[in-house]
Amino acid sequence: MTLTAVPPPSGPGPGGAGAALLEATPEFERAAARADSRRGFLLSLPAYVYLLLFFAIPFGIVVIYSVATRNTIGGTDLAGWNLDSYRRLAEPIVRDILFRSLWIAVLTTLICLVVAYPFSYFIATRTPTVRNIMLVFVMIPFWTNFLVRNYAWRVILGSDGPFAAVTEALGLGRQEILFTHSAVILGLVYGFLPFMVLPLYAAIERIDGSLIEAGRDLYASGAQTFRRVLLPLSMPGVLAGSILVFVPSLGAYVTPQILGGGKSTMLGSYIVVQFLTARNWPLGASLSFVLMTVMLTATLIYFRAGGRNL
Amino acid sequence: MPSAVPAVGLHQITKRFGDVIAVDSVDLEIADGEFFALLGPSGCGKTTTLRLIAGLEFPTTGSLRIFGDEVGTLPPNRRPVNTVFQNYALFPHMTAEENVAFGLRMRKIPKAEVEPRVRDAIALVHMEGMEQRRPDQLSGGQQQRVALARALVNSPKVLLLDEPLGALDLKLREAMQLELKALQREVGITFVFVTHDQGEALAMSDRIGVMDGGRLLQVGAPEEIYARPTNRFVADFIGHANLLDGMVTGPDRVTLTNGVTIAAPSDIQPGGRVTVSLRPEQAFLHRQGGAPEHHASVDGQVEQVTYLGNALIYRVSFQWMHIDVREENRPGGASVGAGDDVTVSWEPSSVAVVQD
Repeated sequence: MTLTAVPPPSGPGPGGAGAALLEATPEFERAAARADSRRGFLLSLPAYVYLLLFFAIPFGIVVIYSVATRNTIGGTDLAGWNLDSYRRLAEPIVRDILFRSLWIAVLTTLICLVVAYPFSYFIATRTPTVRNIMLVFVMIPFWTNFLVRNYAWRVILGSDGPFAAVTEALGLGRQEILFTHSAVILGLVYGFLPFMVLPLYAAIERIDGSLIEAGRDLYASGAQTFRRVLLPLSMPGVLAGSILVFVPSLGAYVTPQILGGGKSTMLGSYIVVQFLTARNWPLGASLSFVLMTVMLTATLIYFRAGGRNL
Repeated sequence: MPSAVPAVGLHQITKRFGDVIAVDSVDLEIADGEFFALLGPSGCGKTTTLRLIAGLEFPTTGSLRIFGDEVGTLPPNRRPVNTVFQNYALFPHMTAEENVAFGLRMRKIPKAEVEPRVRDAIALVHMEGMEQRRPDQLSGGQQQRVALARALVNSPKVLLLDEPLGALDLKLREAMQLELKALQREVGITFVFVTHDQGEALAMSDRIGVMDGGRLLQVGAPEEIYARPTNRFVADFIGHANLLDGMVTGPDRVTLTNGVTIAAPSDIQPGGRVTVSLRPEQAFLHRQGGAPEHHASVDGQVEQVTYLGNALIYRVSFQWMHIDVREENRPGGASVGAGDDVTVSWEPSSVAVVQD
């Protein structure tokens, strides 16, 4: 909110020196701007306090622990800072888990994108009533606890579950994918698909339908219109959805733990092991720091790409 | 040399959306090189008709030909027509130049050919220097020009325009009317133009098709549509008209519902219910009894005088019906006021009698 600057009159007003014209002086404008920013600060204070207490300070503690040293009895010496735990990230076992987490998260994001795009386009091109009903359907899974839903998948994918029965009926033999990477990816796609659908829907819904028609009118085939018109214009939604799926997939703990068989398939499980079982807090902290850096980078890319307009 | 085959031929075209009939058995032929306007109120089916020609809708029944080729079932990218959309529909993520080049690129025209054609199209609409601007950096009139260039660069056989001037302000609209007309003569392409603005249609078109309720009511040159409407809707919709209900009671005689009989030539059989349409500027005002011999006339009383600046409208009532008479505001004009007894007269040939 800014005040429109009124140019100061060059001479006495038409009414002469006595005319009391209401005039925004530079002093008044500065005071108004100060009051404005003070009000803005006060209104955002609760959010700042929250971020400080529950993000900035804990994050600082994580950074401090990541450069500390594990002592022989499993405690942590905060004195004697070093980068030993970061050096351990290069060890094959840690590196493998890091890369595995990355590709599982990337694959999950890509599958979500491919599944969600046509679906979102379909929703966005319905009448408003149908749209709202379909969006409610997208949200319905959130009414059940995430943990419960993951255990449900465990039943579905288990050796006596419906999944094995279906593959057998299709003549593919009794397929058991529980406790494999496929099961983890399936669970992640299932869990995070709504985070892809909603921003994609919002982005596609805003595109003027006559632009698609203009594309077709100008000799573009359906596929060309998608590539040249629809996809570039829905890019903010593609980016937002990808970040929203990629970030929690990378740090996922519950799904890999339940559907991956707790074999430290992904980074989240491994970090928990470091803190609780191995009692190596510096390594756990350094892994957390790396994870958060990757996520932050992904988010920054999104904002750089103009995602803040969403 | 214009082709003898019609540029656009619609034969018994019907378009239904569920239970709604948007276009109802329309027959229409638009000649090569013609500037044709589809005119009607909103919801009359004119835009649907245009979209059918463009391929953005497919006809439910009927035949649609472009220069003799049946195209009714072809998708828009396989029809030799281009559209200027109502809101221009410029691609917001492309520059003006990229927008104009889009159609040529999609058709895989060689790069060496694209560049000069885009340059020519931009020059044609006087947009040189704006090539690198994005649509949101252009004014409404400039966007309109880019949209025109984007369509014309493809040398379509027919250019379709959906209310192209609707979003512009009055001054700009009037300037663009003349420019669009000149542009059409220059490129020689058949223009099919949808509008709800009868002034625009009269000023620009070679021929006008008036639509209402999905039906094509009358097709003709602007003078013909204006002077010889064939039905009540057309008489009412185009310009201002005094519409007087009555019945044919003899050769060239119509008895109005208020009992007054007037001379109004038509070839409608006696007993037919008709509407007599008389344009306000075709009627003349006289002191009572002062009408010329050969004129048809009625006596009445001035009920109201409306001052329009360049003209005056006299509302003359006679036996509870009334006729508006328009007189140009010239020095020495009739000084008649409300309450004066007058005679309204007109050339018998200047009224149109249409059957209800």
